[in-house]
Amino acid sequence: MTTQSSRYTWGADEHLVVQISEEMSLPANFTAMAMSRGIEERGLTGVTDICPSNASLLVRFDPDLIAPQALEEAVREVEAEVAHDPHLSLETRIVEIPVWYNDPYTNETGARFRDRHQRPEGNDLDFAAIENGLDSAEAFIEAHSSAPWITSMVGFVAGLPFLFQMVDRDRQLEVPKYLRPRTDTPERTIGHGGCFSCIYSVRGAGGYQMFGITPVPIFDPKQRLADFSEFMVFFRPGDIVKFRAIDEAEYSSIRSEVEAGTFRGRYAPVDFVLQDFLDDPDTYNSRLLEVLDAH
Amino acid sequence: MPIEIIEPGLGSTIQDLGRPGYYRYGIPPGGAVDLYSARAANLLVGNDEGAALIESPYLGPKLRATEDTVIAVTGAQMELQVNGAGAPSWEAVPLSAGDVVSFGFLTAGARIYIAVAGGIDVPEVLGSRSTYAIGSFGGFEGRALLAGDVLPTGSGGARPGRSVPEDLRPSFSRSIEVRVVMGLYDYRLSEAGLRAFLDEEWTLSPVADRMGFRYSGPTLEWIEREQPFGAGSDPSNIVDAGYPVGSIQVPGGLEPIILHRDAVSGGGYAMVATVISADMDLVGQSSPGARTRFRAVSLDDALAARRERDDLVDALRAALS
Repeated sequence: MTTQSSRYTWGADEHLVVQISEEMSLPANFTAMAMSRGIEERGLTGVTDICPSNASLLVRFDPDLIAPQALEEAVREVEAEVAHDPHLSLETRIVEIPVWYNDPYTNETGARFRDRHQRPEGNDLDFAAIENGLDSAEAFIEAHSSAPWITSMVGFVAGLPFLFQMVDRDRQLEVPKYLRPRTDTPERTIGHGGCFSCIYSVRGAGGYQMFGITPVPIFDPKQRLADFSEFMVFFRPGDIVKFRAIDEAEYSSIRSEVEAGTFRGRYAPVDFVLQDFLDDPDTYNSRLLEVLDAH
Repeated sequence: MPIEIIEPGLGSTIQDLGRPGYYRYGIPPGGAVDLYSARAANLLVGNDEGAALIESPYLGPKLRATEDTVIAVTGAQMELQVNGAGAPSWEAVPLSAGDVVSFGFLTAGARIYIAVAGGIDVPEVLGSRSTYAIGSFGGFEGRALLAGDVLPTGSGGARPGRSVPEDLRPSFSRSIEVRVVMGLYDYRLSEAGLRAFLDEEWTLSPVADRMGFRYSGPTLEWIEREQPFGAGSDPSNIVDAGYPVGSIQVPGGLEPIILHRDAVSGGGYAMVATVISADMDLVGQSSPGARTRFRAVSLDDALAARRERDDLVDALRAALS
């Protein structure tokens, strides 16, 4: 899918890194995900971790079990297969994430760390609206929650999804990170830095702007909820996310279900075909959202 | 044979050899920061070398044995005391029920390892007993040890008297050379930036823990460019990517950070080099103020160093079998 050739580089004797593209794009991300699947399908002995990221790929390996040259050869073969596949597609899920935008938790945190922010007045949503030429926080929320996002990478800390909005580049929401990172961010905060949104899976440090909070857990190390019966991390690379604005009452009601252990998330399986999307993103997104609505 | 924690030290955690296979979900490999010392401590008391044990940075904990057992302490130089009397490190030491184990001051290195016969018997999570504190799982209740914790231990092991021969004990220096393989995004540094990284001496700052080791020194210069879409505005920014364990990033050109075994798995700072696997223990045993130089080696050199390291571990196994 990529026109320029990828760059292969070693992270010493245990990591191979494939830099697919310097800039973020959906095709670069799709290439990373398709290559990850291709490498996994080969079942190479000695490969311990295959980590697709936004526009690159990290493979962790044990050189006692697979020689670096043999690994590189295999990965280059997979890359060639992916490059020649005109029908890249992804069996994935579309997931609804309800968000209480402009909530008191993230606003309080934002106020506490205002000395690290670009704009002393207002909150992070007001700042994001101005940065994107929108006339209000409400208009920003509408832009953030109308078109879906794809999980382009999972990581930083356990289970945190990086999200890339599935719209043309001129409609991408871009907001700079905090000038200096905060030492605190509430768990389940919806954050944004550069062109990426994210959901903070655990409480902790963070440099992304904060827009709201979701009541839905995305990391459950005790695997208490049914959505985590197989694994403690909810998100997989390729998951498509649709944010939905909710109010305090709905936030509280979902939190009660979570605390009672009865909560189930809303998500449905979908096939995502890259070329169909690139041909007409808005129509394709509407079809994806219909799958969610029908579920 | 439980072990009772009287004083926990400074962020003591339960670790084993780690949890590979989950890095793609942001869950780092974890495991002992100094794997060699951890293996040695376990082998000394007759455990499998991958048994769970206590890792204590900078300050030793105070423990009580509730039954007769055998322990071994390895890693940093810190005097072991049993009921207040000095006892040898790098040696299996018998304890009687009620014995209290404590430590003197740290004199070299950064982390000690305390193995107990039978291993610390906490539940395995994702195939490992290592603590991942950020994710609140693994180890003892997913956190650092606290006073009053009672650690269950397994059965087996318990053969006192074994000792690691002098030539198989690591030595610790306040001035170290760390071998790295250059690469990743090193092409983003200017000629002068690259030279400064390799030629200057760096000093380990107080920010040195299981996640990363941060060094102070000169500012590194980047090549100016129009940043690619999504990369962020600083020249040290990249589109967020996976971070190799041991990789060295330089946010803003200031204070390089070596990511260690509890690394964040990815982010938006350019990495310029990676510490070779054979030198990760050495980094893990350096303490704030340690003077450090980075020396570039080839991938083949890194593999050769890895084989030497494996030979050393084999010699350790033979000596303690």
